[in-house]
Amino acid sequence: MVRKLIALSAATAVAAVLSLSASAQERVVNVYNWSDYIDESVIEEFTKETGIKVVYDVFDSNEILETKLLAGGSGYDVVVPTGNFLARQIQAGVFQKLDKSKLPNLVNMWDIVSERTAKYDPGNEYSINYMWGTVGIGYNQKKVQEALGIDKIDSWDVFFNPEKLSKLADCGVYILDSPTDIFPTALRYLGIDTESTAPEDLAKAEEALMKVRPYIRKFHSSEYINALANGDICLAIGWSGDVFQARDRAAEADQGVVVDYVVPKEGAEMWFDQLAIPADAPHVEEAHEFLNFMMKPEVIAKASNYIFYANGNKASQAFIDKEILDDPAIFPDEAALATLFTVSPYDPKTQRVVTRAWTKIVTGQ
Amino acid sequence: MTDAALSVSAAPDARSSLPVRALRAVASRLVIIVPYAWLLVFFLIPFVIVFKISLSQTAIAMPPYTPVLGFGEGIGGFWSQLKELSFENYLWLTDDPLYFNAYLSSVWIAGISTILALAVGYPIAYGMARAPTALRPTLLMLVILPFWTSFLIRVYAWIGILKPEGLLNQLLLSTGIIHQPLVILNTHTAIFIGIVYSYLPFMILPLYSSLEKMDYSLIEAAQDLGCPPTSAFWKITFPLSLPGVIAGCMLVFIPAVGEFVIPDLLGGSQTLMIGRTLWNEFFANRDWPVSSAVAVILLLLLIVPIMIFQSAQARAQEQSK
Repeated sequence: MVRKLIALSAATAVAAVLSLSASAQERVVNVYNWSDYIDESVIEEFTKETGIKVVYDVFDSNEILETKLLAGGSGYDVVVPTGNFLARQIQAGVFQKLDKSKLPNLVNMWDIVSERTAKYDPGNEYSINYMWGTVGIGYNQKKVQEALGIDKIDSWDVFFNPEKLSKLADCGVYILDSPTDIFPTALRYLGIDTESTAPEDLAKAEEALMKVRPYIRKFHSSEYINALANGDICLAIGWSGDVFQARDRAAEADQGVVVDYVVPKEGAEMWFDQLAIPADAPHVEEAHEFLNFMMKPEVIAKASNYIFYANGNKASQAFIDKEILDDPAIFPDEAALATLFTVSPYDPKTQRVVTRAWTKIVTGQ
Repeated sequence: MTDAALSVSAAPDARSSLPVRALRAVASRLVIIVPYAWLLVFFLIPFVIVFKISLSQTAIAMPPYTPVLGFGEGIGGFWSQLKELSFENYLWLTDDPLYFNAYLSSVWIAGISTILALAVGYPIAYGMARAPTALRPTLLMLVILPFWTSFLIRVYAWIGILKPEGLLNQLLLSTGIIHQPLVILNTHTAIFIGIVYSYLPFMILPLYSSLEKMDYSLIEAAQDLGCPPTSAFWKITFPLSLPGVIAGCMLVFIPAVGEFVIPDLLGGSQTLMIGRTLWNEFFANRDWPVSSAVAVILLLLLIVPIMIFQSAQARAQEQSK
């Protein structure tokens, strides 16, 4: 973690120096993406092919990205917000429309994904899909087996049922510190419309979360990767690809920790991280070239193979490792796809209610 | 304020000739402009901007609030806008106990940390002030040395020390002092340790400077007159070091109230502090107006101790004359 932070600040410093020294003839694109979210060699390849230098910077929450974008003058050319955040940012005038004539690789995109992202970005005019995934349960097989006597988790009940979760409390439960992901999930478990913003429905979700609050050790959006991999915890609600990274690290470490990921049968939230160009981007031309490059089937497949997330590029599936393509937890089949739901952005009033409820839950007050 | 300062500085020159006095007055006026300009640019203007935002409403836009008090529509427009100003965001803060609780717990955590820092820092400063003169610069250097490493890295290091399988627990377990790892990380104890550790130099330095100036013949006189060392300390040393104590406490307390990084990294999720509340308003709710209102109140809350500090300093200066 420390190392990551040093690397991060070093990257920022380098970015600052580079953007200062970038002269007119040197072409640059400033990319702001999630941490641990790309195969670095993809960036090198882009520079080799186009001669455009990539200044790559990372964030770890949509909120941080959004605040930078809303303040304006962020200096980034390509950013990667999640769908429901993107929708609101488009409304606020943060992004510019993509010049599709410069994006011939759009033909490679996957209609199943594009149809869904159109919910956030009608007509997909401002963004293209980078990766998508689900919010499910990552767990330590052995520890869950010991505590609950079950081989496989298949339902949200293991989390929302206080009786069951209490048995897992001692070996550790983490959940995402992200109310916009957890609240719809709680609503789905309760059998309520996940899009509901009715105060009484949100109160029910809050109540359900409050009941299991005593058994949650930590609310955090990235620490669960290491915690799962090291066997420090036995259950985490997290983003699919992150859990797969934990699974992989655990397998590499070979300490007997086996991590598994499940999309519970009640269904799970499906989210989309979208590549978009800010309205005030300084290098619009280069940004389009970067986007077009990222839609090359073999390039985006390489990224997927590295980070274990499904992408929205149909043509890339020929290049994706078979174990990833055939994993229903990453590429759900038709039946599983039907249980997944998407969430809309909250209006400011609902957002306030949800954040307030979340503070109550997190602080346990 | 400027006039008062000028008349004070001009007073000793009462006997000089008129042109020299005028020249000096201009010079001192120029000198005084620098700190005032500094305050204006880096304190007052940002504060006015924050205050202005706190009176607006959120909007889905860039930046995400409705503009208030712009001069775009001329003076007339400005006046009509002035009438429409609302203090709704401040009323909102009183509506929800969250903000009050967060302020209260911030003040509480900062207060305890300050007392702990004083308890740890005083003996260190005392020892430094009584150390041989040749050794003192080295000791001072040692106090300042931690600043050479990034604050963030040092707080992260505490995670490694305090976590259940961390250095501290390993040490205590291997020496047989404890048999179960202590749970320190993610508790209030960890926050206190983090704040005391991080702000200790700010406590030690003013204490040291006031203790170093002290005339130790006073202690000798007390002892000659039969005063035991403990009461000599409480009757002479401590009262004389009081300006240092106040300065040190303010320097620790004020930043600790608004501290965000230490509770976030070392504290558990049950810790509710105003820094976190501010973060939530700003980032999660995108409600810049309400978060500005929280910041304005926090500032007012902190100005009171700063003013106590100022008046104590002024009194100390009077005394030393």
